[in-house]
Amino acid sequence: MKKIEAIIQPHKLDDVKEALKAIGIDGLTISEVRGHGRQKGHKEVYRGMEYQIDLLPKIKVETVVTDARLDEVTRALSAAARTGKIGDGKIFIYDVLEAVRIRNDDTGEAAL
Amino acid sequence: MSRVFACFFTWCLVSSTSLFAQPAAATGIDARLSAVEAAAKTAQISGDNAWMLTSAALVLMMTGPGLALFYGGLVRRKNVLGTMMHSFALMAVVTVLWAIYGYSLAFAEGNPFIGGFSYFLLNGVGSTPNADYGATIPHQTYMIYQLMFAVITPALISGAFAERMKFSAMLLFTCLWSTIVYFPMAHMVWGKGGFLNAFLGGKVPCFDFAGGTVVHITSGVSALVCALYLGKRVGFPREAMKPHNLVLSAVGACLLWVGWFGFNAGSAVSASGLASSAFVATHFGASAAALGWMFAEWARHGKPSMLGGISGAVAGLVAITPASGFVKPFPALLIGFLAGIFCFYMVTTVKSKFGYDDSLDAFGVHGAGGSLGAILTGVFATNAVNDGLKDAAGKVLPLGLVDGHPGQVLNQAIAVVISFVLAIVGTLVILKIVDALIGVRITTEQEVAGLDVSMHGEEGYSLEA
Repeated sequence: MKKIEAIIQPHKLDDVKEALKAIGIDGLTISEVRGHGRQKGHKEVYRGMEYQIDLLPKIKVETVVTDARLDEVTRALSAAARTGKIGDGKIFIYDVLEAVRIRNDDTGEAAL
Repeated sequence: MSRVFACFFTWCLVSSTSLFAQPAAATGIDARLSAVEAAAKTAQISGDNAWMLTSAALVLMMTGPGLALFYGGLVRRKNVLGTMMHSFALMAVVTVLWAIYGYSLAFAEGNPFIGGFSYFLLNGVGSTPNADYGATIPHQTYMIYQLMFAVITPALISGAFAERMKFSAMLLFTCLWSTIVYFPMAHMVWGKGGFLNAFLGGKVPCFDFAGGTVVHITSGVSALVCALYLGKRVGFPREAMKPHNLVLSAVGACLLWVGWFGFNAGSAVSASGLASSAFVATHFGASAAALGWMFAEWARHGKPSMLGGISGAVAGLVAITPASGFVKPFPALLIGFLAGIFCFYMVTTVKSKFGYDDSLDAFGVHGAGGSLGAILTGVFATNAVNDGLKDAAGKVLPLGLVDGHPGQVLNQAIAVVISFVLAIVGTLVILKIVDALIGVRITTEQEVAGLDVSMHGEEGYSLEA
């Protein structure tokens, strides 16, 4: 099992959700996060006080998939989140030791 | 013979009937006339009273929720309730002071600088009109209307000490400030026999229709003194202290704008043509100032902002306040536009040059805008709008520079100087007293935690709820 963690542009969330749904990925978790990579931030001015905003709003999407589906899901996610500009985000992949379904203690891939 | 007698009898009857009928009819007309007069007076009292009670409610709405939201949105999220609490608590505190002795010190006859105690505990302030202040509204209506001004004035100051003043110190400060600065200033400008009262026997006649000096200069200048005395917020200006919710501020500013119609047009103390004139001037001033600030900001920083627009509108409302019942619509546009640009310059360039932390720009907007408005009132006031100032023979007198009375600009300047001096000296003395008694500033730990948790034990936005 692998965990796919993607940091994406907030406005691409709907595209990513639909792309994952289209290939049968039902379970995912998202959170609102702030961060930056190579993308520069922007300047905000409040009554003459300038603030450099370099931590920008992003969405973190997390899902866990079987090893067999990893490439397919990663590619679908990446394609859906892409605009081609700096700031599109990153995808990180981790090994998952175990998964447990709380409702009935299913474990392993059966719990996904 | 009997026939003659009958004729005579009939004549007597007829003539006596007509003789008696004559005075009876005259009495009927008199009675009806006086009934019509009474009805007309009742109708005027009803009309004026309805507008003045509405105005009083509108002015209260300026403090809460208007100012509470405007200031609440401008602070960081950890201080939102503490900041709104300043405005809200003053609605209650100043009301109690006003009922006990505040109204009396401001509006009872006394010396030129402060009123007496004849209205102590609102003694004699009932439904009978007070002809000096408003002949067509109950005295009680005038009292409650003026209370709303006394409430918002100290609330405006809270913009300068936002995010770092102890709540108990804020309460004590306000009680003393109302007593030492506001009540005397209101008496001088609006009270009968006040030193600056143009209409009720003042030595130096100053035109301040709705409180440019009394409300905005006193609060704005006192705010600057508070900001300097308390010192900067921890981390200012190194740390980002941007407004946490400009949506709240925008809603609050628009409520201020609407409430200001009660503030200015209500200051006509009647539902009259003068009220309409003040209403129009108020709206025009706010609109032109919103544009003035936005354009200045656009030129300087490349973008017109929501915060700039609402700040400009408030600056224009401040500046038009003293002028509103004295100027025509086009001077109102001009006063507003100038105020928008001037206050933008004050809160951006001047504030950063001197480095004081007037957190929410109470001085830059209210002190500066109020002073500009007071002086420009001396320029643009005209008896074509307000014919209330007459000489002993009943001739309407010229008002401002545009009426050919340049001396009025000097009178206005004297009023501005008196307001500055009273506000600076009064506020400094009060801060020293409060600081010695209970301390004015919260600890650094409390400041870092935020007012909401450290002063009030609650949070504005709870993630767990």
